[in-house]
Amino acid sequence: MSKQIDTRGLSCPQPVVLVMREIQAGTHSFTVLLDSEVAQENVRRLLESKGYTINQSESDDSVVYETSK
Amino acid sequence: MKNFFASRPGIIASGLIIGAIAVVLQKLGNPGNMGFCMACFERDTAGALGLHSVGKLQYVRPEIIGIIIGSMLVSLTHGEFRSRGGSSSVVRFFLGMFAMIGALVFLGCPWRAFLRLAGGDWNAVLGIVGLVIGVGVGAQFLKRGFSLGRARPTEGSASGWMLPVAAAALLALAVAGFSKLGPDVGDKMAPHAPLWISLVGGLIVGGLAQRSRFCTMGALRDLFIVRDMHLLLGIVAFTVTAFVLNLVLGQFHAGFVGQPAAHNQHIWNVLGMALSGLCFVLAGGCPGRQLILAGEGDNDSAVFVLGMFAGAGVAHNFGLTSSGKGVGVFGPTATIIGIIFCLVVAMVMTKRRPA
Repeated sequence: MSKQIDTRGLSCPQPVVLVMREIQAGTHSFTVLLDSEVAQENVRRLLESKGYTINQSESDDSVVYETSK
Repeated sequence: MKNFFASRPGIIASGLIIGAIAVVLQKLGNPGNMGFCMACFERDTAGALGLHSVGKLQYVRPEIIGIIIGSMLVSLTHGEFRSRGGSSSVVRFFLGMFAMIGALVFLGCPWRAFLRLAGGDWNAVLGIVGLVIGVGVGAQFLKRGFSLGRARPTEGSASGWMLPVAAAALLALAVAGFSKLGPDVGDKMAPHAPLWISLVGGLIVGGLAQRSRFCTMGALRDLFIVRDMHLLLGIVAFTVTAFVLNLVLGQFHAGFVGQPAAHNQHIWNVLGMALSGLCFVLAGGCPGRQLILAGEGDNDSAVFVLGMFAGAGVAHNFGLTSSGKGVGVFGPTATIIGIIFCLVVAMVMTKRRPA
């Protein structure tokens, strides 16, 4: 089971900060839970700039990014 | 493309259009280097509602109404309108209040700081330095885990509709000539562009900024936190467009002295905007962005906006505001108190999380 980061309900830029920590920790595969479109765009931009690929799915009221590198 | 305006060309296009609208609104009657200023316009609207009594700073600004309603309409059509809140709302009220106080010490919000720069007012450079300092300090807390807590969907959507409905009610008052009913009428009313043009300008800016996430504070914050230039490109496009159009329309006047609604007390230009920047970064958005979020149903941003209105009343009623002559009697004291308030909030709400 990969590590899960729950960014739901957090305002800018906390979703990005949390994901950034995971990237800096060198984790290659983790899951991000997101709700707002803004966080989705920002986290996607960050992950793609760092060379991650994103597998997007939806569950209940949130969007899930499964990352790999 | 899912959302063109969230792309790099999209944010640049948004900056271009918003900058052009600002300069045109100034040409059509808005005050100098104040085509758009969230703090000034909320202050004028607060004045028209009787929260302060400076006659020439009273007018229900259709731009503010337009931004909220524009954001509401666009977020509704894109399924992004959601009533949500509960992230330290009362803290956000006071952040809004101090953001306004800091802005009225500098004389403008970050939007106006860039417009002042684009109009040749070099005092704006001091304000922007202050903004960078405030945002930079706040960014350090964010990196260390600062958070005002999670927002949650509200039960029922009524509270998400409060600010959009209030904006619509203000529009009805504005159309009915409410701005002229105050104790100081006629030529003492704040200078302004024609009502309907201001409203349309506000609607376009509100819609564009909702789609593009245009944010004058986020532009700097993202540099500090993730070295991301995305939002900054929007601000650069905004400022350059305003500069070029100011040149074309004869609205560019370079210098430190004799600038419209500006003063030369450099230290307070820096510290006033540092206070504002700190408030915006802790609250997660510049004053324009707070209006946009309030239009999307975000209760926490709505409370921040109400705090700014209250701050305008406090600032003008108790001598905290600057004028062309310099800072107000108690402006410096209030600025220092505000900075201390922000630092205490930042420290209390920063908890080290395991890496």
